[in-house]
Amino acid sequence: MKKYYLPLLILVLFVGIVGGSWLHVFNEYWQLVILFMGINIVLTVSLNLINGFMGEFSCGHAGFMAVGAYVSSILTVWLFADDKIFGPPVLPASWAIPLFPVILIIGAIAASLAGLLVAIPSFRTRGDYLAIITLAVNYIVKSAIENMEVIGGPRGFVGMKRVMNNMAAVFDAPWLLIWTFIGMLATIFIIRNFMSSTFGKGIEAIREDEIAAELMSVNTRRLKVIAFMLSCGLAGLAGGLFAHGPGGYINPGTFTILKSTEVMVMVYLGGMGSISGSIISAIGFTLLLELLRPLGTYKWVVIPLLLVVMMLFRPSGILGNKELTDVFPKLRAIFGAEEENYAHAAN
Amino acid sequence: MGLDIFLQHFLNALQWGSFYALIALGYTMVYGVLLLINFAHGDIFMVGAYIGFFIATFLLGIGGNSFAIPSWLILTLTILGSMVLTSGVGLTIERVAYRPLRERGANRLYVVITALMIGLFLEYLNLSLLGAADRGFPELIQTDVYTVGGVSFTNVKLIVIGLSVIVMVALEVFLRRTKIGMAMRAISYDKVAVPLMGVPMNAIIAATFVIGSSLAALAGIMYGSAYHVLSFDMGILIGWKAFIAAVVGGIGEVRGAMVGGFLLGFIEIFVVALGQVPGFEWLSSTYRDLVAFTVLLVILTVKPTGLFGVARRQKV
Repeated sequence: MKKYYLPLLILVLFVGIVGGSWLHVFNEYWQLVILFMGINIVLTVSLNLINGFMGEFSCGHAGFMAVGAYVSSILTVWLFADDKIFGPPVLPASWAIPLFPVILIIGAIAASLAGLLVAIPSFRTRGDYLAIITLAVNYIVKSAIENMEVIGGPRGFVGMKRVMNNMAAVFDAPWLLIWTFIGMLATIFIIRNFMSSTFGKGIEAIREDEIAAELMSVNTRRLKVIAFMLSCGLAGLAGGLFAHGPGGYINPGTFTILKSTEVMVMVYLGGMGSISGSIISAIGFTLLLELLRPLGTYKWVVIPLLLVVMMLFRPSGILGNKELTDVFPKLRAIFGAEEENYAHAAN
Repeated sequence: MGLDIFLQHFLNALQWGSFYALIALGYTMVYGVLLLINFAHGDIFMVGAYIGFFIATFLLGIGGNSFAIPSWLILTLTILGSMVLTSGVGLTIERVAYRPLRERGANRLYVVITALMIGLFLEYLNLSLLGAADRGFPELIQTDVYTVGGVSFTNVKLIVIGLSVIVMVALEVFLRRTKIGMAMRAISYDKVAVPLMGVPMNAIIAATFVIGSSLAALAGIMYGSAYHVLSFDMGILIGWKAFIAAVVGGIGEVRGAMVGGFLLGFIEIFVVALGQVPGFEWLSSTYRDLVAFTVLLVILTVKPTGLFGVARRQKV
């Protein structure tokens, strides 16, 4: 019986969220909040691979998100929407439903290739110098997009709304929420299994001591490339989902250091190297942003203060480097024994 | 590009690089002593500029009161007042936010995140209290334009460049010749042994924050005098870029920060300048960031410790 708890929980969540928005139990505002929660979970968990588990300091996650967002939205607009630049749709709208996840994955692959820009310097560079490289890559991506007039330059890129409308016209379902939910699950699943595999052990060894890891026959270069490409690819996935959101509009100004900062805050708030911590903090931070919306600009005065005070009381984030199942062992009944093994190894 | 135009851009680049260099110095000094990337530093620059703005408008009697004081005194008082108050802000941040975390032995990346938060706090506190409208910085120095051999420049530009060079030389002397300066360099060399030798760690850290914040305040006032526009987000971009400049120079190295700052200033100004030269029209000014950061990326890939940074031997 116990082994069905987790699939059951996921099913209930999925049916609750998708069914709820399909039948308009949640209004559009709450659908948006749930969508952002999902996207933020993808971003936070993926960045945690580099900043938490590998112990590097990447502060350019929004750059890779931008690559994924632009690649996937250019593809969807080119294929499925009538556009001024790309002309009439190339494929019939009914193809959009099965091809949408494929396009999201292509966006993710593009972002992971952009991740090589960071992965290759990381062979020789560590710590704060690598942080700068990620920062510079963030600026380079943003600046490169701004200089591409074909895709709107600094004005941004539109048309994703029409794609989503076409999809909804073929079959009315909250497609974006469905794919966000699946993407979120896939991200958590991938990162969790990756970290409990031998790759994950190698990544943790790099965090503890890179030279010792290398002496112990960990192929550090290969692992770094894999980790960066995986993390950046997932950021690209999040970007693709974000681009097709209700606004249906992206511009380079969305993917600045501020966006990267937001993701970093969620990672460190949850705790370095804690997947469940990342999930909790992504959900909590998104909710906090929404709850404090009435404060207007004072929102960004209150939130940093709250976080600073929180840091003073819990200087290693909500969960530290533990998982939720370490704090509440009874939860292992739901989340399975794999986690247990992994948690023991981590301590 | 004729020589006169080249010199014109050269002066602009020197001025623009001075801001980067002065802010980068603050980053690099705090980093040297604490290994902390003080991401709030760009916003300290903003705070310094605003404090300078308020002191200057008060002294100039724009608010209705009038003091009959000469303009050189106003300038001096503005700079000194802003430096003192901004140092106070920097010290408070260190005491309230960073030191408790340090004493609890938090991972230093949590301190970095706290610094980011403090930066956001300062920006948005300013936005909320003072509104989104830009402020016009009063003219503290009567601007005169000189033209020598086709190159025209203002006295403000000369003062900015001159003052920043003087400050940098003074800082270098301070670090080499005084006890506090030596303690700073010692701590950045060895963080375990030096406090055991009786060097008061917290006092030295406080001194570092005072110096870094005063330099940022100076840069803020000079920025205000040169461009006359203050906005709540003026510190963000210039702060991040100055940090990049500090790292390219080799973070923790004072000379590296100066060279990195001027280098970034030169690249930015000359990319824009080159776009006006026949044959290079394709290089529009929007490529500025792209070129600047690509050059920096290449420098860091080739020399991972930055231009002046020395690779420390790692013991295994």
